Amino acid sequence: MNTGVSSGGQDAVVRISGLSQRYKSVVALDAVTLDLPPGQIVGLLGPDGVGKSTLLDLIAGARVMQDGTLNVLGGSMSDAAHRRRIGPRIAYMPQGLGKNLYQTLSVHENLTFFGQLFGQGKAEREARIKRLTRATGLDPFVDRPAGKLSGGMKQKLGLCCSLLHDPDLLILDEPTTGVDPLSRRQFWELIDAIRAERTGMSVLVSTAYMDEADGFDWLVAMDAGRVIGTGTAAELQARTGAATLEEAFVRLLPDSSGDVSGPLEIPPLTDDGGAPAITARGLTKRFGDFTAVSDVSFDIRPGEIFGFLGSNGCGKTTTMKMLTGLLPASEGEALLFGKPVDAHDMATRHRVGFMSQAFSLYGELTVSENLSLHARLFKLEKRKAHSRIDLMRDRFGLGPYMDKRAGALPLGMRQRLSLAVAVLHEPEVLILDEPTSGVDPVARDQFWELLIELSRGDRVTIFISTHFMNEAIRCDRISLMHAGRVLISDAPEQIIQQSGHDNLEAAFIHYIEAASGNGAAGDPEALALGAVASDAGSSDRLGRFSLKRLLALSHRETLEVLRDPIRLAFAVFGSAILLVVLSFGMGSEDAAAEFTVLDSDQTPASRAYVAALDASPDLTEVASVLTLDALRDQLVAGKVDAGVEIPAGFGLDMALGRDTDIFTLIDGSNVNRGETVLASLEEAHTAWLADQQRQTYHVREHTVVGVDVSARFLYNPNVEIMMAMGPSVPAILLMLFPAILMAVSVAREKEVGTIINFYVTPTNKVEFLLGKQIPYVALAVFNFLLLTLIVTIGLDVPLKGSFLTLMAGSALFGFASTGFGLIVSSMVKNQVAAVTVASLLSVLPTVTYSGLTQPLSTMSPTGQTIGALWPASYYLSLSVGSYTKGLGLEYLWTDLVGLAVFGPVFLAIATVFLKKQER
Amino acid sequence: MDRLQRIFWLGTKELRAVTSDVAMVVMIIIAFTLMVVVGGGEHNGPGGGSSTNMTIAIVDEDNSALSRGIADGFLEPDFLPPTYISANEIGPGLDDGAFMFALSLPAGFESDLRHGRLAELLLTIDATRATIVADGATMISLVLQTEVARFLTRTDSSDDGGATLVTRVAFNPTGDASWTGPISSLLDNLSMLTILLTGAALIRERERGTIEHLMVMPVSSFDIAMAKIWANGLILIIAFVISLTFVVQGAMAVPLAGSVPLLLVGTALFIFATAAIGIMLATLARSMAQFAMLFMLTYLPIMQLSGGVSPVENQPEILQYITWFLPSRHYLDFANSVLFRAAGFDVVWPQIVTIAGLGTIFFSISLSLFRRSIEASG
Repeated sequence: MNTGVSSGGQDAVVRISGLSQRYKSVVALDAVTLDLPPGQIVGLLGPDGVGKSTLLDLIAGARVMQDGTLNVLGGSMSDAAHRRRIGPRIAYMPQGLGKNLYQTLSVHENLTFFGQLFGQGKAEREARIKRLTRATGLDPFVDRPAGKLSGGMKQKLGLCCSLLHDPDLLILDEPTTGVDPLSRRQFWELIDAIRAERTGMSVLVSTAYMDEADGFDWLVAMDAGRVIGTGTAAELQARTGAATLEEAFVRLLPDSSGDVSGPLEIPPLTDDGGAPAITARGLTKRFGDFTAVSDVSFDIRPGEIFGFLGSNGCGKTTTMKMLTGLLPASEGEALLFGKPVDAHDMATRHRVGFMSQAFSLYGELTVSENLSLHARLFKLEKRKAHSRIDLMRDRFGLGPYMDKRAGALPLGMRQRLSLAVAVLHEPEVLILDEPTSGVDPVARDQFWELLIELSRGDRVTIFISTHFMNEAIRCDRISLMHAGRVLISDAPEQIIQQSGHDNLEAAFIHYIEAASGNGAAGDPEALALGAVASDAGSSDRLGRFSLKRLLALSHRETLEVLRDPIRLAFAVFGSAILLVVLSFGMGSEDAAAEFTVLDSDQTPASRAYVAALDASPDLTEVASVLTLDALRDQLVAGKVDAGVEIPAGFGLDMALGRDTDIFTLIDGSNVNRGETVLASLEEAHTAWLADQQRQTYHVREHTVVGVDVSARFLYNPNVEIMMAMGPSVPAILLMLFPAILMAVSVAREKEVGTIINFYVTPTNKVEFLLGKQIPYVALAVFNFLLLTLIVTIGLDVPLKGSFLTLMAGSALFGFASTGFGLIVSSMVKNQVAAVTVASLLSVLPTVTYSGLTQPLSTMSPTGQTIGALWPASYYLSLSVGSYTKGLGLEYLWTDLVGLAVFGPVFLAIATVFLKKQER
Repeated sequence: MDRLQRIFWLGTKELRAVTSDVAMVVMIIIAFTLMVVVGGGEHNGPGGGSSTNMTIAIVDEDNSALSRGIADGFLEPDFLPPTYISANEIGPGLDDGAFMFALSLPAGFESDLRHGRLAELLLTIDATRATIVADGATMISLVLQTEVARFLTRTDSSDDGGATLVTRVAFNPTGDASWTGPISSLLDNLSMLTILLTGAALIRERERGTIEHLMVMPVSSFDIAMAKIWANGLILIIAFVISLTFVVQGAMAVPLAGSVPLLLVGTALFIFATAAIGIMLATLARSMAQFAMLFMLTYLPIMQLSGGVSPVENQPEILQYITWFLPSRHYLDFANSVLFRAAGFDVVWPQIVTIAGLGTIFFSISLSLFRRSIEASG
């Protein structure tokens, strides 16, 4: 098979030679060699997982190249300087609906942010936004959050964001997958209008829809990381002698037998007049004020294949979840086998098989482990389980894969495994939510053969959702769904006939328009307003560092933080509550030690001794004991802190002036408590002794031991614990909360996918990190003000020193703590890891090594080193100095300098760990 | 029986998920080795900070045998060797935190005493660390009393009979602070990882959508939560035992007294209760960021108010009612009794019952929130 067909031409916009890319053991691209012609729509054709997205990532510069050469717009993409130069000339819209958009930001805010990234001034930006939103029909919705747009509108917004800076190369990764047919048509009309107006622009599109690819100028067919054919649609069909592009693609596949399986034979459904297997009556689901599904009704007969056709987000999945009991219906009812769906009815669950949209098997388990786990969960009896698993293996062709990890399977295989798992327990009803999205045409046909066999052979009732027209046409009956409503429900042929069009897609568009008018149709004419000229000095503004871009990032992050009020409340009020709880809890005076007495003497003298001990404010006598064993038991049970044994003859010895020993046993398992108890006992004993001497020698009271120590307690004259804890606890909270919030933030971008905007725009690392950091520093300072208010007013600890110095220190501390969060965040891949690593590494040094309970000077050298390398210790010293010691800048500047060092150093470390391209 | 089997098989999947996550495994290993050593070294257990290595400065204007004797009386490990300063250095030194106590011995101190006159000493204390102040002042006055008494008895030689207080410290005869530190630190890390692992396991499953897959099978939310608890709990209890044996007893040479089976039973129940808290937080939070905030709100009190840092009895009464709901508080009590006092079941059963009861309460709350949380994420 021909792996390297080139279109020739010196002016190719992209030249690829021997490009290979691997993820661990998986080969994503296998020595691809290819030249892409300029000024055309080039289509990348193939199912999921063949390397299309990897190739597009590399061309856009979002991913680190491994092997081979790749030239884009006249320079090598392995050269960072070239990437930076051409970055502004490329626009990349990644796969997934609105994947690079900020879901909580409005349409206008999203567009503003992208304009700012490319250094556009306000006037220019607004003119461009206006032009594009009018062209796409988004202008009535500029204030709506991106997350609340329909799939089609999200993709239009994504396109606007991409086109805002007039790119020369527009890269679109499956821009219309899962979008309703009307929006899809509008999307391509828009692309055509833009290309008509900007003639030099090259467009590179990947798609899984064969009918869509028919309209592109030039095609690249891909399979398993290789290029299997290039040329126009007509050329490919001619070369393979195929009537349709889909057929041509199938024939190009290397392992294709050459002959395309004819259209699927679907035996007619024999209606035995049984009661419906699935019934929906007026099903409605609301989330808040949003109606996801509105008044949906249908009956599905046993053995029928019933299809739900509609775009992503039209309510298909929600309806299915109501049928399976995952979601309760707001109104109406769902019946399975004539009985209302009950989430707790285990018996019904045995009769239903469900395959959800997301791949929901366990990737860590092998194919056979997945099958046997499910057999066990469904309580299949052992012999039965074996025979069913063997049957599934043969029927679904899983034999060669039984010992492979499910996560490593090709997509088509995974779908088959999912289906195998769903039917393992011989369910009577199968509910399949978009089971074939992303699967190649051959695998999809095989999948359908299995479905037909199940339906017609085993009389399994199948309820399936899809956004593929050619799949829907195979169902016995379908419902067209749009915006939560069923537009029409009938046999596919009937629907086409009634609409007066000749295919299902046209019929669908007909019904959408009939139901909701033209929707958000754009006005491509608006483009005729003409292109907006760039501001002067465009080379300048895309230079290495831009304060404007940094501020744009900060502004966006601020908006995102403000739009998640729950997280904000947890952070702000959570730390306020902790301040109060921890201050009171950690800093209370030692409770009096409890001791028990074994008095073997039982004389007035011994009782006087016990009374003397009990008189000490630090000691309290509890129940006395009679034996040494009892005394020990009390200690073991932790009921007392110490036991005192007064020997027989104590009173006599004292009277005669003989030496005598009093024994005490102290619980040393709590070491410090033990020390305190010991000190209290010794003090009380000494006092008693002194009293005895006084009575004996009648000496002057003060000169018993000859010394009078007058202790002067500086800073905190009454030794109030709150004076110590109030200034200290904020240091913990201002360290941990900002650090963890920050750690989650970059990791979240990695998980959600918006990090791609950092990879493919001129944003540099410092702008990105510092820009994200600023809002959290501001939050830390706000938090500091709140905590200060609580400490000074609520806990009544006066701030004697300079407020401004403490405030400045808090801002520096905010930079330091968020800087630590950035380091963690730039190293890890997901939020779970970010939270775990950040907590594990920051809590201990903050709580133990910053001098909170124990001054740094009293620690071991290791402890002192850890403390010196951790910002919280400097802040603690600053805070205590400002509050209780009443010191100002002249004394505390060393702490400020110490704090000031951490922010930049942490930021520098994070910059080293953060990569400008994905690996 | 069916249910037990289901929970067992579901749990095997959880075990795989954790052990195949390399980053998580590395974090668990670090938490139970390095962090225990680092944390345990300085973590001095109950009492609100240690009373070792206290810094004292002496203004010796007397420069007599007695004043030097007093200075020599401040011994390690309670005190670092005293520094000698002049009177006007007291203020700045305390401001800088160079020392916490300054003892002024005035000129004529020794002769005053010798002549039976009252000698006035001035002790200036940095009271910002109120927890240390009381301990320090008591110890300093003990040193003074001892040294002065020694001086007077030597010169007066008026030896009289009297009672001597003989003290023995039980369970930790040398009063070695490095005993309880590693245990507290180990328990802190155990609590942290138990909450994080189980909570994150649920949130991750919800975000990936596999939880829905489970919820349409004949598997109840009880089974799912229980499977997560036993699987993650098993990993943690193994890590706990290894850490206790090789790190605490081995590398850090802390002698442990009590019954191992009893300790394991209590630890297993504690992990159950703490894991139930993790599941509960995960059902309350809508996102990982929210979970992280809730985690901090729970973990800091667990770490600071369970009795590992300062004794629970020292807390204000209202707070004691709140901290009663922390399983870690009862567990620390239990662990100290078993590990150091070799207490038996007859002694620690109230703690065991309380921990189990708290676990059941948290677990029930999680279950009642379980379905709601899945609906919210859908």
